[in-house]
Amino acid sequence: MLKFLEPNKIFSVTSKAPKYVLFLFIVVLSVGLTEALILSPEDYKQSHAVRIMYVHVPAAWIALGIFSSITFLSILGYIFKIKNFFLIAKSLAPSGFVFNIIALVTGSIWGKPTWGTWWAWDARITSMLILALFYLMYLLAWRIYENKEQLYKITSIITILGIINIPIIKYSVDWWNTLHQPASINILSKSSIHSSMLFPLFIMTAAFALFSLLIFLMKYNTELIKIKNKGLDRL
Amino acid sequence: MINEILFMNGYGIYVLSSFLFTLLSFLSLYFVVKVQYVRERNKFIAKFGNLKSERAAFAKSQIINKEILSNSSNF
Repeated sequence: MLKFLEPNKIFSVTSKAPKYVLFLFIVVLSVGLTEALILSPEDYKQSHAVRIMYVHVPAAWIALGIFSSITFLSILGYIFKIKNFFLIAKSLAPSGFVFNIIALVTGSIWGKPTWGTWWAWDARITSMLILALFYLMYLLAWRIYENKEQLYKITSIITILGIINIPIIKYSVDWWNTLHQPASINILSKSSIHSSMLFPLFIMTAAFALFSLLIFLMKYNTELIKIKNKGLDRL
Repeated sequence: MINEILFMNGYGIYVLSSFLFTLLSFLSLYFVVKVQYVRERNKFIAKFGNLKSERAAFAKSQIINKEILSNSSNF
């Protein structure tokens, strides 16, 4: 049933896709940057500092989304013994980690003009830092462990433990008194953010998602070629 | 207009440094991953070139190997 997910079948698509994704990413990012830096209005309270939201929020969303995907793929891979799922998860991790770092750094820069401090041990920031540590542990595990069975077990455990942190990040602003404001964008109810700010936010999210797709494709192709290199050694 | 975009009521330094950090992170990640890809592909091509003819013919019969050799510069 999952034959279409075999690396041989996937590679014919993934090897050609990066150039198209790169082109699309540049186009969408250009539109997003124009909207975010020039066309979108300033906030009545935060003035132009609000523009940091257009890189901070998409980066945080994508870091959370990628970690959730990695966990899902690792669990499925472990249950159904599909090695390719682990390879896909491994290829997703570098961009997830970089987006996590971007969210932390841009959040810190945003904190200075709005809260008057670069860093606070607030629940949302601390839980995002913990997520970055889980990403780091996951990436290091791939470098440290040689035995595949052991590696798959360890990476699955790391992701399962890490996923507990995702709802904590999401609801930290509701559960604790934090410097962060409650969520402005809700899927089920009306968002408290104006459409003139929502549009650039979605465009930048699309650009970031395309970038993570691009990195994933490049990394996945590299991993497949690595496997093929080992195959040639055995010939 | 340009001054307004750069200065942003005094917030320009924060806004532009956030965007700059993001773009630099993107560029760094892109080039690191690209270097890894090129290195592995070159290793593959070199190993393929060292194969004896019948082994090379067998290796070339695999779809994925053909794809790697044909996509020598795809991005």
